[in-house]
Amino acid sequence: MSAPLKLHFDIDGENFTSAGEASVKVKKWLRQLGLPQDIIRRVAIAMYEGEINMVIHASGGYAEVTVFPDRIEIILCDKGPGIKDVELAMQAGYSTAPERIRSLGFGAGMGLPNMKANSDTMKINTEIGVGTTITMTVNM
Amino acid sequence: MTAGELAQELSLNILCLPHPEREVTGGFAGDLLSWVMGGAKEGDAWVTIMSNLNVVAVASLCDTACVVLASDTVLDEKDLKTAEEKEINVLNSPLPEFELCVKIGELLK
Repeated sequence: MSAPLKLHFDIDGENFTSAGEASVKVKKWLRQLGLPQDIIRRVAIAMYEGEINMVIHASGGYAEVTVFPDRIEIILCDKGPGIKDVELAMQAGYSTAPERIRSLGFGAGMGLPNMKANSDTMKINTEIGVGTTITMTVNM
Repeated sequence: MTAGELAQELSLNILCLPHPEREVTGGFAGDLLSWVMGGAKEGDAWVTIMSNLNVVAVASLCDTACVVLASDTVLDEKDLKTAEEKEINVLNSPLPEFELCVKIGELLK
């Protein structure tokens, strides 16, 4: 079997205007691979939300997207403050984004719920003061 | 109806229209980007007053047919250049969001 296809991105935590670049690149890449439109859309949305979260809350990190024959795996890893209460953070509408971020149209409290809704599995490993790693898969 | 026809019918200003032939199949209104990500569908005309670069990213990821900026909001030149590169149609109108939505809804009936 051929090796899985993988892309790695460093997410710049300082640059709010370029946030989303990695997701747009992944979308283009998956299109070139000829994957179904709805799969691409789910991956792109789930990844974008994660990317934005890393910029808002964690000063950046990295993202890795791997295409397996049966699924796409997205890993988002940061060294941010960690999520205090994951259950609460998963609730639609709950947000800790600061006002400055809200004025840009973020902070709707829909990031994690959108990530869950657009993935088939989602695992959150988080530790206060250490960071957060989120692993999502989208089945083909 | 295409994005170009929508612009013409509603006298929308064309800020950037790389794909006038893009078919508009529905509409979505919203300013909170995650809300839009969760709800906008491919082919929608997305009506918003949000006007920064992230609008371009969301429109691209959601595959909306066009962005319609309401209440005379505009994207700055740099962001419009990005929209053009990403092949995103961006229109605007002096009408507020609700009125724009009503008009777009009538056209799509």
